[in-house]
Amino acid sequence: MKWVLFVDEHALPCFKTYNSTTAQIRATRLKIEKNSLCSQFGFLFKESQMCKSVLCSRLHGRYHELAPHLVPMDYTNDPECKIPPALIVNMPELKENPFRNRIVESFSEDGQGNLSFNEFVDMFSVLSETAPRELKAIYAFKIYDYNVDNYLCKEDLEKTLNKLTKEELTPEEVELVCEKTIEEADLDGDNKLSFADFENMITRAPDFLSTFHIRI
Amino acid sequence: MDIDAVFHTNHSGIVTTNPLLDQLPSYQSLLYRRKVATDGSKRRGSARSRLSSSSSLKRDASTFSRQDKQKVQTLQRPARELPKTMEEKRAHKKQMDAAHQLSSWGQWSQNTRRCLKRLKDEARASMKSMQLWRGDIHLIEGRFGTGIQSYFFFLRFLVMLNFIIFLLMFSFVMLPIIVAPHASGNSTYSQSNDSVCAVYPSSTRRGLVLFREQLTDMLSGEGFLEQTYLFYGYYTVDRIHFAYIIYNLPLAYLLATIGYLIVSLIWIVKRSATGFKDNMVQDEDRFQSFCNKIFAGWDFCITNKNAAGLKKKSLSYELKTDLEEERMKQKKADRTRRERCRIYLIRVILNVFVVGVLCGCFYSIYAATSYSQQAQMSTVKGNSFMDLLIEYLPSIVITMANFITPLLFAIIINYEDYSPAFEIRFTLMRCVFMRLASIGVLLFSLWSRITTCNDKTCICGYNHQQYSCWETRVGQEMYKLAIFDFLIIAAVALFIEFPRKLLVDYCNCGLVKWWGYQEFAIPQNVLEIVYGQTICWIGTFYSPLLPAICTIKYIFIFYIKKVSLMKNCRPATRPFRASSSNFFFLGVLLIGLSLASVPVVFSIAQINSSKACGPFVNYTTSWEALTSTVSQLPSGIRGLLYILSSEVVAVSLFVITCLGMFYVIALAGAHKRVINQLREQLAMEVRDKHFLMAKAQSLSGAKPPHFKSKSRSRSGGSPSYHTSFTSNFSEAVSLVHPPPHSSSHV
Repeated sequence: MKWVLFVDEHALPCFKTYNSTTAQIRATRLKIEKNSLCSQFGFLFKESQMCKSVLCSRLHGRYHELAPHLVPMDYTNDPECKIPPALIVNMPELKENPFRNRIVESFSEDGQGNLSFNEFVDMFSVLSETAPRELKAIYAFKIYDYNVDNYLCKEDLEKTLNKLTKEELTPEEVELVCEKTIEEADLDGDNKLSFADFENMITRAPDFLSTFHIRI
Repeated sequence: MDIDAVFHTNHSGIVTTNPLLDQLPSYQSLLYRRKVATDGSKRRGSARSRLSSSSSLKRDASTFSRQDKQKVQTLQRPARELPKTMEEKRAHKKQMDAAHQLSSWGQWSQNTRRCLKRLKDEARASMKSMQLWRGDIHLIEGRFGTGIQSYFFFLRFLVMLNFIIFLLMFSFVMLPIIVAPHASGNSTYSQSNDSVCAVYPSSTRRGLVLFREQLTDMLSGEGFLEQTYLFYGYYTVDRIHFAYIIYNLPLAYLLATIGYLIVSLIWIVKRSATGFKDNMVQDEDRFQSFCNKIFAGWDFCITNKNAAGLKKKSLSYELKTDLEEERMKQKKADRTRRERCRIYLIRVILNVFVVGVLCGCFYSIYAATSYSQQAQMSTVKGNSFMDLLIEYLPSIVITMANFITPLLFAIIINYEDYSPAFEIRFTLMRCVFMRLASIGVLLFSLWSRITTCNDKTCICGYNHQQYSCWETRVGQEMYKLAIFDFLIIAAVALFIEFPRKLLVDYCNCGLVKWWGYQEFAIPQNVLEIVYGQTICWIGTFYSPLLPAICTIKYIFIFYIKKVSLMKNCRPATRPFRASSSNFFFLGVLLIGLSLASVPVVFSIAQINSSKACGPFVNYTTSWEALTSTVSQLPSGIRGLLYILSSEVVAVSLFVITCLGMFYVIALAGAHKRVINQLREQLAMEVRDKHFLMAKAQSLSGAKPPHFKSKSRSRSGGSPSYHTSFTSNFSEAVSLVHPPPHSSSHV
């Protein structure tokens, strides 16, 4: 079974930043076509598909340009390199996102936000348009769970709300909104949202699929 | 099987009972309900002992098989959909490949399936990339969010709809006429015997025609344009004799008209089907609830700093509005009787005022149309600007009325003391009504002039002295409306929004800064283009090239609006949700379509077609083209068609549709009840869990653990989340098994 990446292929602006280092790009692309990268990421795309290999090389290019001194161009030897979160959250796609730190932390293995290339691809794959709803719900729950206790308690909601509204609501209003949210979504009456509650609520939220995606 | 008692097996497989489990809250409430129903609580003790181990084993087996099934389900899902890291996904894939050692045939079929699936995906992706204006809309989405993006999607849909309507009319009506000389077709023209009605004074200019006059003609659809394929009157072909078939053009014209109305209806309904479902779900569960705003409110596509700041502001505005609504609800509940009477009185007075305003507008439109038509009849063909103004008078009055009334409605609604969401919707409804009814009034005034003659009854069935070719006149009115609509949109963008932006940028006056940039008000813009589309639908019968004109018009409007949006506008503070907006746009469009089909159908069926021009000269009404063709069909088909169009079939179809509707409504009600029951069951399960954990603590005497089970937190890998409630259920069930050991779970 071969896979298909969920990432959207039609982000033209990305290519513009890419063209500045054409020599490196060509080298990477050649390596991909020579199956060196394919053997590593053989699950991601079929070797003969030019567009998918271009896609992967584009993602790799983006990853590389975040930290050119850290990320090698050649992945045949399966290097272990991770980019620190401070560099990733400054990507143009994530820069204006109030949850950027949490997003990066949720996809990192160590929970601190250091992403390897695998995790980088994973992140944009889940956040693409074609990822299934259940998968997005799982990661959305992780993102909103600030204290990582598998429950969205009131403090988590308050932090989310403050990040969303940039502290334009008064504390009483924040309190009221959090109360109402928990009241609406909490099914088992424990005053916080477990994953089942969250999933149940988010599948009925009509805007979720259209807002929870990033284009790269 | 009697499941009165809660039982389990110990390790040797013998049924034992546990007094603990009888104390579970869910079981207690079940018993209570059953006691209330049947009063058979005595059965509990005896039933327990009677139960055999086989049934308990079966129950065990069923729980185990449930866990196995879940494992198999996880295995069967494509690895990419699992919430695991890359390494785990690869391991999973390896496992799956190892599990499925297929024969060569199996592998080949699997490969072909995969290839086909990939082909389908690629085809879909390439179709998507060929969509019109993808890049532009993508840019708009990034800067202004999904609400405004939905407006542009709607505009694109209208462009495609108009293009399809044009193709329909062109291929069935114009193409045969154009192709006839080249395909050795012989066209016969329709001649009318009736001399009085068949007089058609030519309206082309004679002598030297100035360019200015030609421009006036272009704008008003008269003069040289009247004798072109643009208008109904020019289609005088009756039959075209090709090599093997005789092409009946009047029938084709009529059927193409009905066809485009039906095609529009089906396409709009299909498009709104998904939006409707979402809207129904929303209405049931607290429309636009807090959860939706907090968890699905932030648009992750936003990359622009200003847009992000704006989004935050709009989100806080929305939340404040929602809190306000809650307060309003509270206030409403607390209202005294006296206050309620006062508010109702105010509302009645204001509604009467609104109705008065509407009547005033409609009367002025009627008067303007009558005056304009009268003036066009009486004066000789002049070429001054005043004449053009008089021709465009109905359009001008309609546009002015549609400009003033929304402002008026917005002011009035403040005094009516409704909740904010209802205010928006009610104002919109009023504006929609105003826009679409103004076209109706214009058509009504035209109709009254066409069908009233100086003497009591009209000889030809219509006013042949003033309207020798009335369809062309109606077509011209629609053409003028469409052109004027486009000119107004362009003029507003150029002469109002652009200077406003310049003023705000370069003038430092406080008042001007407070006035700010133009807001891109989505509802008003949508109403504008729905109005244009309604005109197109009405006018296509009388002017077959109108859809092409509208397609080009909408293409220009797209670019005008896009440029105006990027340069001159700021997003509205009152955000428009993308999910509900799709349904709103298509709903208003449907209202427009139903309004548009009324005059077209009425004029086809009731008003006599003009005898001086057009394809229906040989028939009394346009509909007669169809009936005369049907009467010439072989008797079997004719009989069938008569039966199909009789009242019997219509009534039975109606009754069957009603029955189907009631069935679906009943089904929906049943589903709702099931959902409520499941919800209650969920709550019960958790209460059971609490109870059991408390009991376990007290039994084992251990220190009360944190209820937030920290042991499941990050342990190097991402925690695996179960994606359905059944997993939690199986967890709960497994907790039912040996309770003394439950302390190890904690």
